[in-house]
Amino acid sequence: MFAYIVRRLFLMLVTLFGISVIIFVLLRVVPGNIVDILFDAAGFVDPADKANLERELGLSQPIVIQYLHWIGGLLHGDLGYSYVSEKPALEEILPRIPITARLAGLALLFSASIGIPLGVISAVHQGSKLDYALRVVSLSGLSLPSFWLGLLILMASVSLFSTMPIFNPNPKTWLEALTIYAVPAMAVGFRSAALTMRITRSSMLEILRQDYIRTARAKGASEASVNYRHALKNAVLPVITVIGIEAAFLIGGLIVTETVFNIPGIARFLVEALRWRDYPIVQNLVMFIAVVVVVVNFIVDMLYAAIDPRIRFGD
Amino acid sequence: MSEAIPAETVLDVKNLQTVFFTNSGLFRAVDDVSFSVRRGETLAIVGESGCGKSVSALSIMRLVPDPPGRIVGGSVTLEGTDLLKLDDAAMRSIRGNRISMIFQEPMTSLNPVMRIGDQIIEAVRLHQKVSSKEAWKQAVDMLRLVRIPEPERRAQEYPHQLSGGMRQRAMIAMALACRPALLIADEPTTALDVTIQAQILALIVDLQQRLGTGLILITHDLGVVAQTAQRVIVMYAGKKVEEATVESLFETPLHPYTRGLMASIPAVPSPDAKADVRLVEIPGMVPSLTRLPPGCAFAPRCKLAIDRCRQEYPPLDEVKSNHWAACWRAGEMAEAS
Repeated sequence: MFAYIVRRLFLMLVTLFGISVIIFVLLRVVPGNIVDILFDAAGFVDPADKANLERELGLSQPIVIQYLHWIGGLLHGDLGYSYVSEKPALEEILPRIPITARLAGLALLFSASIGIPLGVISAVHQGSKLDYALRVVSLSGLSLPSFWLGLLILMASVSLFSTMPIFNPNPKTWLEALTIYAVPAMAVGFRSAALTMRITRSSMLEILRQDYIRTARAKGASEASVNYRHALKNAVLPVITVIGIEAAFLIGGLIVTETVFNIPGIARFLVEALRWRDYPIVQNLVMFIAVVVVVVNFIVDMLYAAIDPRIRFGD
Repeated sequence: MSEAIPAETVLDVKNLQTVFFTNSGLFRAVDDVSFSVRRGETLAIVGESGCGKSVSALSIMRLVPDPPGRIVGGSVTLEGTDLLKLDDAAMRSIRGNRISMIFQEPMTSLNPVMRIGDQIIEAVRLHQKVSSKEAWKQAVDMLRLVRIPEPERRAQEYPHQLSGGMRQRAMIAMALACRPALLIADEPTTALDVTIQAQILALIVDLQQRLGTGLILITHDLGVVAQTAQRVIVMYAGKKVEEATVESLFETPLHPYTRGLMASIPAVPSPDAKADVRLVEIPGMVPSLTRLPPGCAFAPRCKLAIDRCRQEYPPLDEVKSNHWAACWRAGEMAEAS
């Protein structure tokens, strides 16, 4: 087990290295850098000024040197300075992380706590009206883009309450904090909830046909015990996989949701930074997201072993 | 209850009818079947796949999947209570407590993510008010009773860590944990190695006799029947076609189907026998239960069939003392033998 974890950690490092190269190269393949954008906006361009600024920002160096400079800094905890605000990138990124983390955590919590029970109910009542209704709802969840759902929610709240949820960086009470995050979290988590529900349903249907379910009934176990104690524990593995993948996909949904709801999290910040070709911000943010995804994947694999005794990571 | 049931009768099944509603029509998986089991007695139910043996067992447990199946008639009286009249909660308190069942596939019949001990404990605690510590002790005792070595350690293990024979022992431990009045074993040894089969069978019979449990043994293996059962019923296409004591059945099988089954048991050839002795088989196949012939369902495969067999279903008559058969020609066969 120990050897497995060491190997996994090593593989995680390799993955992160690959991602760092890809994001670094991709950013520079995208046409234009911050200097181009600034000088385009100014209209008149003195090539000498432009070259000066590029040299100042280190953009005139060979790409390998630029990469080594970035990674070297990263390993020492130096993320560089934002081109736009000229503040340290760390100072720009850190305060935004909790906002997005709360939003993402709430969205995942929402998708698991709604998707799993509804999936079980749908499977247990397979073929009933309830099952059909739940499947239609989940299909709509998969089909509605989260930005559109977000806009619908905003429009609904304006027409119903003549106001819309406004982000407040310092909520006074827990309740206030929850209301601020709950609506956007549901907007972004609806898709995950729908997907979780469908996977739970199909996985449950498969498990409910197993012989050991009949054994449980033959023991005299109640339906609730059969469904949740015996079936769900077996059915939950593919669901965990999906939730793990969804955690990574969430960042895409968060970009639009944070924009729609005007929430100053890292997802929206990433898009803004990308528009300005603010390399230090984009590179470091993507690396941060990559670390989160890799760690979530690792946790999912560990959960497998915790839930299913047949899965043991040997050497 | 209209008639008195003998005191030692544990289970009395009368005119049981279980049907399945499928896309190709309704079929009677169990059609008007009656039998009873006494305390400590072993009743074997014999027949080919699809003849309704397993559905009969599931009907007694009321575990026939609904839809598509449904019990539409008859009564199943266990220790004086008609199970078919109980509500779901009352039926749950009977299952695993007064009747238990062992299934064919030990590899898939245990929950893979629960420890063996916990699965036995569950059976105990569903029906008895005991602490989890006391239940665990009972579970270990049960594992010891079914002769699993190192029961304390095995109780902590998961099903995949046990061999097929061990798992079937664990299933037996689970089934007998509450000392049921009736144990139904549905082909308990079919999925096991031949060497293990005899051990498991001996274990079931030994425990059954020690605990005084009534046993319904469902099998297609007549060798198993001869070793273990006192009485046998033979089923064909959902109907009971013959019932007798083991001695009487093996001595003078009265239904042509039973004779066919016995003839098709492979025998170890004697040294001077011809090398290429062909195994005797029953020609044809079990008819589709949705399209049964009007007369006897076995007639199309029967060498002895007469015109009457194809028109009228024969009644189940007591042809000899304590030996019933549903065949128009059973009388002739009884006289011939």
